[in-house]
Amino acid sequence: MTNMENPSSVPAKKHGISTLAQVRRVIICAGTGCMANGAMGVFERFQSEMAGSGIHVILELRPEAADHEIRLSKSGCQGFCQMGPLVSVVPDGILYTKVRSEDVPDIVQQTLVGHQVVERLLYKDPATRKSCRGLEDNPFYARQSRFVLRECGFLDPEDIHEYILHGGYKAARRAFVEMSPEEICTTVLDSGLRGRGGGGFPTGRKWNAARVQNSTKKYVICNGDEGDPGAFMNRSVMEGNPHSVIEGLMIAARAIGANETLVYVRAEYPLAVERMRRAVADAEREGILGKNVFGTGQSMKCEVMEGAGAFVCGEETAMIASIEGQRGMPRPKPPFPAQSGLWGKPTIINNVETLAHVSRILNEGPEVFRSIGTKESPGTKTFALTGHVANTGLVEVPFGTPLREIVLNIGGGVTDDAGKIWKTGFKAVQIGGPSGGCLIPEHLDLPLAYESLRSVGAMVGSGGLVVMNQGTCMVSIARFFMQFTQRESCGKCVLCREGTKQLLALLDDVIEGRADAGTLELMEKLARAVQVGSLCGLGKTAPNPVLSTLRYFRKEYEEHIFEKRCRTGRCKALLRPTINPEKCKGCHLCFAACPVGAISGEKKQPHHINPELCIKCGACAKTCKIHAIEGI
Amino acid sequence: MASTPIAVDRAEKFEKVCGILDRYARRPSGLIPILQAIQHEYQYLPEEVLTYVATSLDVPPARVFGVATFYAHFALEPKGKHVIRVCDGTACHVKRSIPVLNALHEKLGTSETSKTTADMLFTVETVACLGACGLSPALVIDEQVYGQVTPERALALVDEINAKEESLAAASTASAEQLSAEEAHD
Repeated sequence: MTNMENPSSVPAKKHGISTLAQVRRVIICAGTGCMANGAMGVFERFQSEMAGSGIHVILELRPEAADHEIRLSKSGCQGFCQMGPLVSVVPDGILYTKVRSEDVPDIVQQTLVGHQVVERLLYKDPATRKSCRGLEDNPFYARQSRFVLRECGFLDPEDIHEYILHGGYKAARRAFVEMSPEEICTTVLDSGLRGRGGGGFPTGRKWNAARVQNSTKKYVICNGDEGDPGAFMNRSVMEGNPHSVIEGLMIAARAIGANETLVYVRAEYPLAVERMRRAVADAEREGILGKNVFGTGQSMKCEVMEGAGAFVCGEETAMIASIEGQRGMPRPKPPFPAQSGLWGKPTIINNVETLAHVSRILNEGPEVFRSIGTKESPGTKTFALTGHVANTGLVEVPFGTPLREIVLNIGGGVTDDAGKIWKTGFKAVQIGGPSGGCLIPEHLDLPLAYESLRSVGAMVGSGGLVVMNQGTCMVSIARFFMQFTQRESCGKCVLCREGTKQLLALLDDVIEGRADAGTLELMEKLARAVQVGSLCGLGKTAPNPVLSTLRYFRKEYEEHIFEKRCRTGRCKALLRPTINPEKCKGCHLCFAACPVGAISGEKKQPHHINPELCIKCGACAKTCKIHAIEGI
Repeated sequence: MASTPIAVDRAEKFEKVCGILDRYARRPSGLIPILQAIQHEYQYLPEEVLTYVATSLDVPPARVFGVATFYAHFALEPKGKHVIRVCDGTACHVKRSIPVLNALHEKLGTSETSKTTADMLFTVETVACLGACGLSPALVIDEQVYGQVTPERALALVDEINAKEESLAAASTASAEQLSAEEAHD
């Protein structure tokens, strides 16, 4: 348990960039965030500016690059999404943030030609106001332990040669040429790797269960149906390092004796679909996938399938139904997919992040993997850190890292609605999405791991961490999740289908001021019934956000019910706008602005709002120059 | 093109569907990719095409309609020329995506139940999560992602599209006028 107390005792090489090629390179982050902020324009500008300055630009990796050549490449998500587009120059060790194409000539002239740093484009740490030159002095990166994400921000995801040059497919080759399926399973079991999709089931055990099945046909499916609203770790891995996923899939297939694999990608991720498809085609061309894997005569097929927009398909048996061309409805387990899955054959389904860990476990050995994280939860976990936090983006830390480290140090602190640091603003973190729960200030020193989170009624889930400030209404958040699961319920189990609907109606009663003394009790009773009466994880966990907010924010619920008041002012139905007669000068502006004629009063006399007519639109408050309208 | 008989139009429609069905060897297991390809072609799933697919795959129409209505990505009604998708994932939600959605609905006269404008120019819908949480609140217009969107910015984006559409319409009327002028000249 020593690592749990001191999670920073990880090996020295913590993040970023190792020395693949000596050639100098400019890397433009082409993750979804940076692309939306104009990374492609930056890339094109670099191409023309570099050529214009007489620099020899290489776009495809060649081992024999000469000294004066500079490689220009795109990478997958580098994680620091809010600061994009990101441009890094290696081996100079410079990270430029928020780069616009107008900034490119300066980078080319000052940095590439003149070996100087362009100060204004460096990241400024809001806490210390110091400029950070690169990853080492940037608290967002320096405090992370990037393993799965390490190559995401460095390798060109569309270049298989670069992946291979960087040691890629070495583990897969060993698995096929030197190792027996049993040895592979044992190695993965010894590493203690647990499923990163949320369940946390030991991966080696799952593989073993499928390995011992006596069947000539078996399947491995990669679960890339990352449906949690507020999580995008898998997306970034598929976009940033698709070959690591394929390599993991191949090793898994070899371990259980399958020769067909499938990657099921969420339909909302078109770029991930495109990159995965391209990676499969490239691997086939290189003879890594196909009829004769690494010359062993074994065959290995990999197909990429796009989902069609159903959260429940993240559940194993629902995903199998979807692949078979059916509605994505789960079925009872056992039989487990490892015994009878796709087309009735033994099938294992692993999460993207789980598979991305596999090649490293084989390369470095299970002991190295076990030396990070906690005893029960070894290794690292990626989290999508979002919401009211200064540095939103993708972080990877060892299991056992306290919440405080992630939110306050890596995340740079809690912010208000305008994005300014709000020192006392921390209210809660929602972890595990619609299946998870919330963590509150007293949990700031809780080490994040499977076992510790379960004890406080939350779960790791797939890794979404949504930070919420004091201005967030927790009843509304519970309602938000309940609405999500209610819409996504497949309808098979009555308690999930109807129960979530009734829970949503009860939450609406609380929010709209109709609830009474019995509402909370009824909600709790119903929530437990839904948990017990549902077949799959969606229904079993659907009431978690309600139960968890009730556990930690019961007072807020009671304020809504008994005082008809929302302390954050977010629940519109509970607003009671009034005009302060002391302040009101009777200017009549609000009278004219009110769209429903709810305001009355003589000129130069204090006005009055009729609560029966008022629709709480806030138009009056906006027009009042002396802020006499209160409570809205 | 106005004089093309409807029958020919439908024959063409089914010809494309046949091509898609053949690509998946007319296997019922390929139903989801088949429907995805058809939707890619027509922007939605026309009812008569679904019945045709059922017959071709030799499965009951209920199975095809069941799948088509189960998944959020399949649309049984035509969408507008420009599809605006407001992300309402958790991160976007806590960063106020709903005011953005409401502003768009108000401006375009759309609502949660009637998502497409009468002139078929815009469809406004929500999406569970785009995975662009670092940019929250985010919205997508025709595959282009916009981050840190405010209601004002969203409305400005709509205005931009409207302006483009107007100049397009003006250009096409102008060229039509020119064409008819030339014809008259001949």
